[in-house]
Amino acid sequence: MVDSANTATSGALPGSPDSPDTMTVDARDSGGARSSRFVGGVLLLVLIGMWVAGWLSGTSAQDMLSLTAWGVMLGGIIALGGIGLTLCYGVLKFPNFAHGEFLTLGAYVTYGVVLVLPQSNPIWRFSFGWELIVGLVLAAAVTAVVAIVIDRLLYRPLRRHQSPLVLLAMASLGMEFLLRGIVYLIWGSDFHFYYSGRSNPALSLPFGLRLQADQLFVFALAVVLVALLYWMLTRTRIGKAMRATADNPDLAQVRGINTEQVIAWTWTIGAGLAATGGVMYGLASQMRPDMGFVLLLPLFAAVIMGGIGSAWGALVGSVIIGIAMQLTSAFLNPAYGPAVAFVLMVLVLLMRPQGLFAQR
Amino acid sequence: MDSLHLLKACFLLIPAVLMGCLLFSRWRWHVRLPAAIVLGCVLAFGVAGWLPGIMDYLVSFSIMAIIYAILSLGLNAQWGYNGHLDFGVAGFFAVGAFTMALFVTSAPAGVMAAYAQQWFGLNAPYLIGVIAAGIMAGVVAYLIAQPILHLRADFLAIATLGIAEIIRLIFQNERWLANGPQPMSGIPQPLSCVVDGGNCAWLPDAIKPVLSVMQPRDYSYLYLVIVTLGLALVYIVLEAMVRSPWGRALRAVRDEEDSAAMNGKHVKSLRVQSFVLGAIIIGVAGALYAPYMVTIDYSHFKPLFATFLVWVMLMLGGSGNNKGAILGAFVIWAVWSGTGFVTDYLQVALQGIAPDVASRMSFLRWAFVGLLLALIVLYRPQGILPEKKRVSRFLQEPEN
Repeated sequence: MVDSANTATSGALPGSPDSPDTMTVDARDSGGARSSRFVGGVLLLVLIGMWVAGWLSGTSAQDMLSLTAWGVMLGGIIALGGIGLTLCYGVLKFPNFAHGEFLTLGAYVTYGVVLVLPQSNPIWRFSFGWELIVGLVLAAAVTAVVAIVIDRLLYRPLRRHQSPLVLLAMASLGMEFLLRGIVYLIWGSDFHFYYSGRSNPALSLPFGLRLQADQLFVFALAVVLVALLYWMLTRTRIGKAMRATADNPDLAQVRGINTEQVIAWTWTIGAGLAATGGVMYGLASQMRPDMGFVLLLPLFAAVIMGGIGSAWGALVGSVIIGIAMQLTSAFLNPAYGPAVAFVLMVLVLLMRPQGLFAQR
Repeated sequence: MDSLHLLKACFLLIPAVLMGCLLFSRWRWHVRLPAAIVLGCVLAFGVAGWLPGIMDYLVSFSIMAIIYAILSLGLNAQWGYNGHLDFGVAGFFAVGAFTMALFVTSAPAGVMAAYAQQWFGLNAPYLIGVIAAGIMAGVVAYLIAQPILHLRADFLAIATLGIAEIIRLIFQNERWLANGPQPMSGIPQPLSCVVDGGNCAWLPDAIKPVLSVMQPRDYSYLYLVIVTLGLALVYIVLEAMVRSPWGRALRAVRDEEDSAAMNGKHVKSLRVQSFVLGAIIIGVAGALYAPYMVTIDYSHFKPLFATFLVWVMLMLGGSGNNKGAILGAFVIWAVWSGTGFVTDYLQVALQGIAPDVASRMSFLRWAFVGLLLALIVLYRPQGILPEKKRVSRFLQEPEN
């Protein structure tokens, strides 16, 4: 981007709705702003419509119920990636296109660890043993380190130069391909499973629902982590500093907040959660080097739907998108899942560009 | 030099002279044209005389570089002149290529219909296909622009990335449209009768024996001329447009939206216009790409090749500078092809030691290009040839 364009593009930085930067942007966006209650109602109607469409196309109500439950589980996986993305988006103000690769990296590092460690017996009814938990923790740490290194080498110099948001977005797209290339180089392009051939029977739950124990674990973990994050953002010092930095970095710095430290924490949490999401996705289906890229669109859809910077918003958006993606698979080729996520995102953008749970 | 190489050199003459015109653009026409012709002759006949071995490779390299240059120009119309963060180049490219394929092929009949399906096949002339491809890509861009374009820049990036993926998914899964996951094959190549022993009906009899030394495999020489003329046309039209008051208004909207609006420019419609213009150019590039490949399928339009490389090209060459866009396309395509040799060599070298790792060496290029874009953004975001600040040649050069 040429120098003369900096003024205009930096004016388009996203931020809290009350910072002067975004007033002009919001003026451009305000065309069709509806209340979040209205948007929520429309989304509910859309989901009900999908339910009915699936039911009419010959899927039994029982199966539709199962699909809904699986959608909630898928939403949990998307949420783990989405929360990190929304946090980075809120604090650093640019869409990190490399975020999907954090999921891939986390999944594959865990895979590497699981291969090395001795296999323990499966825990309870889950398909995995303790070595997966160990791998997950290690993978979260490795991914966080990778994220911080990228930030130090690439994003921080760009921030120092006051680069416009579009350059940061472009740099992150470059990192997307760099990380994916590395994953391909180390692990090859084949599909992998954590435990190939291990049976993973579904539990029979009330209402005739059949869910795998793993799926329940994934969703429970997502809810616990989101609750922890919410507690951290509202109650702890670093969480408050994070929100302050997201609101107004300059003011936060003036008030003695070490914004670089806050940013490092943001990357740690975001990448760690993404790695967890990647492991869960690998557990629920299979690992493939392009899984992060396939999930990128649902991730962004969830984040924009929920409102950038809002952790609860990302969770709600993820669950809506997860359900929609599963429900439509009853009457549509499942390959179009990202397209469904995308259409819902555009729908929300048309009605309420700031998302369902805009910050304050 | 035998007559075949002489003839091939004659085909190379047109691209070489046009390149000369582009290189010497600082000079007036009465110096520029002779200089370009001299340079063109030296290049074309020099290559044919001394390095006949690399001619074929040079030609196929140049065709792809030129198609990428057109893509890069299209992106420049969107990003360089109006600041649209379009991460969906692949989508418009695919629309253009498949529209071309559907227009110029004929629908499979008889036994073939069991193996290949397509929505329609008009068996239309080549030029009609190119125009249709441009129009189709433009229409798709217009429809996308309506809900998305007035939103923030980063939303457009996400949305266009999504649109490109969805377009690719459609071409991958809808068999009735363009033969689904199977490739669409048999896209006719324009004027291919010229190299087929020179037996075109419209060719004067005097030329036919001269052309008869050309084999069908030498078709790429003719196609190089066609794509070069296409690139020249796109470049001249785009250059005229961005130098016009309309082009200055685009740059004003990009730099200072509010001031542009205050000065009576219709910001929203200008933004849509540049987005659609860029998409049309990208669609035309797709239309040129399809007949060259003869067989296309969805996998040609993955984000790496069709979006990401184009971005690296434009950023390296210089966004907001059409010459830079062309330069970047050639440089990056050379780098991409060159690293291909390196990874092939590594693959052979590692074959004995670790065959597993050797087969993955081609992905080294992904990592490399990703790194390259990061370095460009970090150290030279304005590119090799930065945008010219002077909006009219009747004005003085501004001081920086």
